Amino acid sequence: MITLNRRHVVLGTLGAAGALIVGWGVLPPRQRLLPGEPLATVPGQVALNGWVKLSTDDTVTVVMSQAEMGQGIHTGLAMLLADEMDADWSKVRLETSNFDKIYNNQAMIVDALPFAPEDHGLGKRVAQHLVRKVIREVPGVIATGGSSSMKDQWLPMRQAGASARRMLLSAAAALWRVPETECTADSGRVHHASGRSASYGELAGRAAGLAVPGDVALKQPSQFKLIGTAVRRLDAAAKLDGSAAFAIDASPPGLLYASIVMCPTLGGSVATLNSAAALALPGVHKAVVLAPIPGGMLSVGATSGGVAVIADTPFQAMRAIDSLVIDWDPGAGAAASTRAINAALTEAIGASGRQVHHENGDVDAAMQAAATRISADYQVPMLAHATMEPQNCTAQFKDGVATLWCATQAPPMARSAVASALKIDERHVQLHIPYLGGGFGRRYFPDVIVQAALLARETGGAPVQLLWTREQDMTHDYYRPAFKCRAQAGLDAQGRLIAWSTQSAGSSLGAPSMFDSSTDGASNMAYRFANARMSHQPSEAPVSLGIWRSVAHSQNGFFTESFIDECAVAAKRDPVEFRADLLRDAPRHLQVLHRAAELAHWGEAPGAAPSGAPLGRGIAIHRAFGSIVAQVADVSVDSSRAIRVHRVICVVDCGTAVNPNLIRQQMESAVVFGLSAALHGEITVKHGQVQQGNFDGYATLRFDECPAIETDIIASAQPPGGIGEAGTPPIAPAVANAVFALTGQRLRSLPLKLA
Amino acid sequence: MTTININGRRLTVDAPPETPLLWVLRTELDLRGTKFGCGKALCGACTVHLAGKAVRSCVTPLAAVGEREVTTIEGVAGPEITALRRAWLDIDVVQCGYCQSGQLMSACALLMSTPAPTDAAIDAAMAGNLCRCGTYPRIRAAIHQAVKSAR
Ligand code: FES
Ligand code: FES
Repeated sequence: MITLNRRHVVLGTLGAAGALIVGWGVLPPRQRLLPGEPLATVPGQVALNGWVKLSTDDTVTVVMSQAEMGQGIHTGLAMLLADEMDADWSKVRLETSNFDKIYNNQAMIVDALPFAPEDHGLGKRVAQHLVRKVIREVPGVIATGGSSSMKDQWLPMRQAGASARRMLLSAAAALWRVPETECTADSGRVHHASGRSASYGELAGRAAGLAVPGDVALKQPSQFKLIGTAVRRLDAAAKLDGSAAFAIDASPPGLLYASIVMCPTLGGSVATLNSAAALALPGVHKAVVLAPIPGGMLSVGATSGGVAVIADTPFQAMRAIDSLVIDWDPGAGAAASTRAINAALTEAIGASGRQVHHENGDVDAAMQAAATRISADYQVPMLAHATMEPQNCTAQFKDGVATLWCATQAPPMARSAVASALKIDERHVQLHIPYLGGGFGRRYFPDVIVQAALLARETGGAPVQLLWTREQDMTHDYYRPAFKCRAQAGLDAQGRLIAWSTQSAGSSLGAPSMFDSSTDGASNMAYRFANARMSHQPSEAPVSLGIWRSVAHSQNGFFTESFIDECAVAAKRDPVEFRADLLRDAPRHLQVLHRAAELAHWGEAPGAAPSGAPLGRGIAIHRAFGSIVAQVADVSVDSSRAIRVHRVICVVDCGTAVNPNLIRQQMESAVVFGLSAALHGEITVKHGQVQQGNFDGYATLRFDECPAIETDIIASAQPPGGIGEAGTPPIAPAVANAVFALTGQRLRSLPLKLA
Repeated sequence: MTTININGRRLTVDAPPETPLLWVLRTELDLRGTKFGCGKALCGACTVHLAGKAVRSCVTPLAAVGEREVTTIEGVAGPEITALRRAWLDIDVVQCGYCQSGQLMSACALLMSTPAPTDAAIDAAMAGNLCRCGTYPRIRAAIHQAVKSAR
């Protein structure tokens, strides 16, 4: 055991016992156990490391850096620590972390490096090692996204739990003057063979006085008590009685309310404003012109400028907005339209000079030699996130300190955006991050947070809550970009796939080509092609774009899994067998594929819907964020030619299934989210203005359209993969393939509409 | 000044009569469990009970409430909501949770009027409550379970 020696780090205080000084000497490189500054504690509480605090009343407080936006990550991560600590699960409470670098999300960055999942070479390992080292040392890489939270904290949370457990065992052994090896821990108590026992809370003070052990052995999977079990969510009860707090529920004393109208043209701003009528309304304090907010990292375009009205109540503020007389300066975005974007995409997929993201064999020669060649163009539209909780933020700026109650997937990014907007030091920005009412990638962007911070300068120190209407939220999103893809394949006389090529076009979100992830899920599939080329042509548009649940996989899953189905049809092969041939070197994929086929009774007639309409069945398989998901959809077509999805079989291999209950939830969630896009989702732009304003224009899947979803999880001892997004990419192609099986119509553009 | 009957109490609020009930609840009465999602009766996040019936509080002006009893997620009680909450916990329905006050209020109103609803009746009662996290299959299962446990 490496013992981290004492230095000068105060890890906690225990009531009147005063400060206990423990710490370490030589930092093992990249250690993520101890933060640079001790955790703050309250009387009766000690910090055992940077992830867990223990109270004399036995409460175990686990420190959370990751945003809970529905994916259940708070529960999943706390399970890791509690299991290794042998804590009493009923005593576990959560607390939001500070911004220490130990919480930096290394996995999110490492996963984004341009290496294929199958690559296990030295170059990849060295690059990952170096990037981890850098991320460990730079400030501000706390973020929730890329389905990375579990991957990132799988070891640190467990090590923190195991280290804390060892300290409690040592404390008990010293107290009882017995060898530590004779002590055992279970459910929040240490026991000795003699029958003596003490609760963790009783041992807290002594444990905190010990050196922090740095490399305690972790449990073997057979020793897990919580990991692998369907533990219920920690946040469930509070979400059933209205007590769970979201950003919109912040209500500091003296709260004022603001509403905003932004330039309908994306990126535009206010030319002139007449606010006299609005200001004459009761309760209205002020109208404030806000300049556009630059798009920044991972986005193209800016949040439009606008006018906010501050009033005593939200209703007064919203009503006053309607009385503003504004001339807009539409800016460069005025020319943007879906028609122009699509025309540019069509040109781009035919363009030379495309960026080749993967190439093997000689695809041109193989195409020439092919007995059968097929080609198809696919297309997906822009999409909104439409989080159920509209964008909002509550801000107070008083005595040089900004306090914000906000929903963010990237707190340090939000903090620095606020600091630079207010021209204050980051240390003078405090964030309170409650539950997020959905994220899906939308809440990386701190636009509403910056707007609220700017409004807080205008209230003489009173807090102000800025709430976007649904219309503002829908028309000022960072949209999933539109993409096109030209897919081509060559088959030999025996129907074997000998050449495969995809050329996509769409926004690369401004990423340099080295880090362009636009072909994720197209250029790094597990299919083994003898000759293949996957390329991309960036095509940017003057609209605000961003990342949307499963990012590039969201379109590439549709392109590749639809086209592989077309290849199977051209080869006159069964779609499952055809895929299995190409996956012969990917045992995990094969297992997922075959399990899905088995559960769906693939090969048997799918039967009829309750209405009597015949069913069609389609399959798709896709890997994203370290997890492999296959889905089989049963669909029918109703009398109005609308596609109805009746049942979805979903099989996932996500490595170690930390909490099967949460994994099932995420699969269901991802299927519903993906079905909204497959059947309904489409944002269109005209004269630079988004045409959809609310859930009437931008429909999302409703309760009565939702299929039954049955999820099966493959048992695995591999480290956990991500689960928040991996279930979204396969559903659109599974449904499209089912529609083809049923009707013979190959639908190559989303949302799926039958002719 | 308007008097309203809310969660078993009689309270006076100082809000113009055209103010949507949603904002009266959230900001005048500090009952923030009822959520804003769309403002146009399109999402159901703001669902409350008015005289025992599910209504969208975002499009219900204060003036339209009158003497009728308003019940919110904070005040709702009775065998239906108790059974629903138990089923919701047992099946672990919630994800982000933002829509869930509205979902529960709609489901509760359904069971108060139809103790053993068919799937078609559940569809009709719940189709107006959107959930972007996709909790629909579990909501259906939880409603069925609540019905069973109430028997
Ligand atoms: S907020 Fe009332 S229905 Fe959406
Ligand atoms: S639980 Fe998130 S919107 Fe329903």
